[in-house]
Amino acid sequence: MSTRETSPSGPPAARRIPALPLAAGLAAVLLVSLLCGVSLGASGIGFPHALRLVAAGLTGGRLDADEASAYAIVWQIRLPRTVLAAVVGAGLAATGVAVQALVRNALADPFVLGISSGAAVGANAVLLLGAFASLGVWAISASAFGSALAAMVLVYLAARTAAGLTPLRLVLTGTALSYGFSAVTSLMVFASARGEAARDAMMWLLGSLGGATWGSVPIAAATVLAGLAYLACAAGRLDALAMGDETSASLGVDPDRLRRELFTVTAAVTGTVVAVSGAIGFVGLLMPHLARMLVGAGHRRVLLVAPLAGAVLLVWVDIASRTLLAPAELPVGIFTAVLGVPAFLLLMRRRGYTFGGR
Amino acid sequence: MTTATDLTVDGVSVELAGARLVHDVGLRAAAGQVVGLVGPNGSGKSTLLRCVYRVLRPAAGAVRLDGDDLHALTAREAARRVAALPQEHSAEFDFTVAEVVAMGRLPHRRPLAGPSGADHERCAAALRRVGAGHLAERGFLSLSGGEKQRVLIARALVQEPRLLVLDEPTNHLDIAHQLEVLALVREAGPTVLTALHDLNLAAGHCDLLYVLRAGRIVASGPPAEVLEPGLLAEVFGVRATPVRHPVTGALQLLFDRLP
Repeated sequence: MSTRETSPSGPPAARRIPALPLAAGLAAVLLVSLLCGVSLGASGIGFPHALRLVAAGLTGGRLDADEASAYAIVWQIRLPRTVLAAVVGAGLAATGVAVQALVRNALADPFVLGISSGAAVGANAVLLLGAFASLGVWAISASAFGSALAAMVLVYLAARTAAGLTPLRLVLTGTALSYGFSAVTSLMVFASARGEAARDAMMWLLGSLGGATWGSVPIAAATVLAGLAYLACAAGRLDALAMGDETSASLGVDPDRLRRELFTVTAAVTGTVVAVSGAIGFVGLLMPHLARMLVGAGHRRVLLVAPLAGAVLLVWVDIASRTLLAPAELPVGIFTAVLGVPAFLLLMRRRGYTFGGR
Repeated sequence: MTTATDLTVDGVSVELAGARLVHDVGLRAAAGQVVGLVGPNGSGKSTLLRCVYRVLRPAAGAVRLDGDDLHALTAREAARRVAALPQEHSAEFDFTVAEVVAMGRLPHRRPLAGPSGADHERCAAALRRVGAGHLAERGFLSLSGGEKQRVLIARALVQEPRLLVLDEPTNHLDIAHQLEVLALVREAGPTVLTALHDLNLAAGHCDLLYVLRAGRIVASGPPAEVLEPGLLAEVFGVRATPVRHPVTGALQLLFDRLP
């Protein structure tokens, strides 16, 4: 059949950028962005100085006494915050890729399974009702993580049938239960005696990295890295799953088992990320599409590019959120939407990208 | 080219949502044979095939490849032996044709490894064999139904299966590609089990035919014996008139409504 080529040449696939050089470039941009993150702020600290302070923190080198306050700002406040921003951005982007494959829907983001509204219940129980006060500074994170996982278990049990986890049931169950969780949060806001209750609840939902300390970074980083490692190993299977359950099974990938694994990984990573930073929207939806537009739909390449892009985005969004109206801080979620929506619309107009489906 | 396998479907029954759709089916395909499955809509052809490429488990009986119980193998091991062209395929994301074909190498790859250089050559060769070499860089979603079908056949071929399960492989194909695809899968070497609607194609390309009605095998044997007017009237509800092809001498059936 090699001689006959009947098809008129149709539109070529969108132009693509080789993934490895792009990832290397993004990694370099991320390093520079991290440096900007520790250098920029209410009190500007020059790049070389900031670099020397970070090096001192890493190696335990000696510093002059008059550098103590600059060192505290860089090492105790800005560095953990900036690193956490990168970890959260990478985690949200990676779970966005996972969830879109899990529910086979290009409109899904990590929160479609009800995890953010579930976490909000726990966070607001602490913020508004003073629950778990014995946990001290960890109360909000612990409570948000706990209620996020509880929400995921509920969604899983409600969506599960004898035929396994089907994509449509997962989305519908997650959406329905989200409304339920939001209602609980609203009830707490109304029941709260404090006048600022609604504002606090909203601030938490829009997300912030202001609470970052060296205490919260390692757990979040370890969870996100473990999630990324799993997804990297599953990339080929994600391709198969995206082609449908029948195809997936014929390629040796049990679709139901893979969905259970993806659900678990998404719950753990998103739960952790939400616990340390609130529900930062749009990163998990935008980054997978951005990556696909740049390098195509193959999950190996998407999973290489999307987390790096998410990390860079969130580092800069965090810088903006704490410098534009300094000393006041704006919620991160406002910036991800303000930057993300126009970027998304612009990229969408690129010829040849179909967002999945046609 | 590829080694073929003996397929034995041994007393298989399949249930879906509590309903028994396939009853105690027995079927054999010797290594390298092309075996056709024919029957009216809803007779259980696809359900039986889905059991052979492991989307469904049999409620009773077993599917054996060279004596090994297919459903006792790991999913990966089974996929190295059996490839399929399912009827349902959805693509939510716009993979290129080359990426779709490369997925056929998945059961042969280690988890972290991407397609190797040899894989790329295999995929390009398979695409050329189905007459789709020029489509490699196109988006899969932008293809016509027939082009998609040929690309999916290329994917099944690079899987290097010993058994190829095809569910209506000629759907959407123009007449030239219908004939070529069936000749191609025979040439490719594996044992083939295929559901076909077009009884003339089935007569011309299969070594053996099994006729399904309401989930049961009602006839089997060489096409010329199986496709006789009495059975076709009973199973398909049509009047069939067998004639000889004036050029090739092959059996051709002409159909009209039962009087």
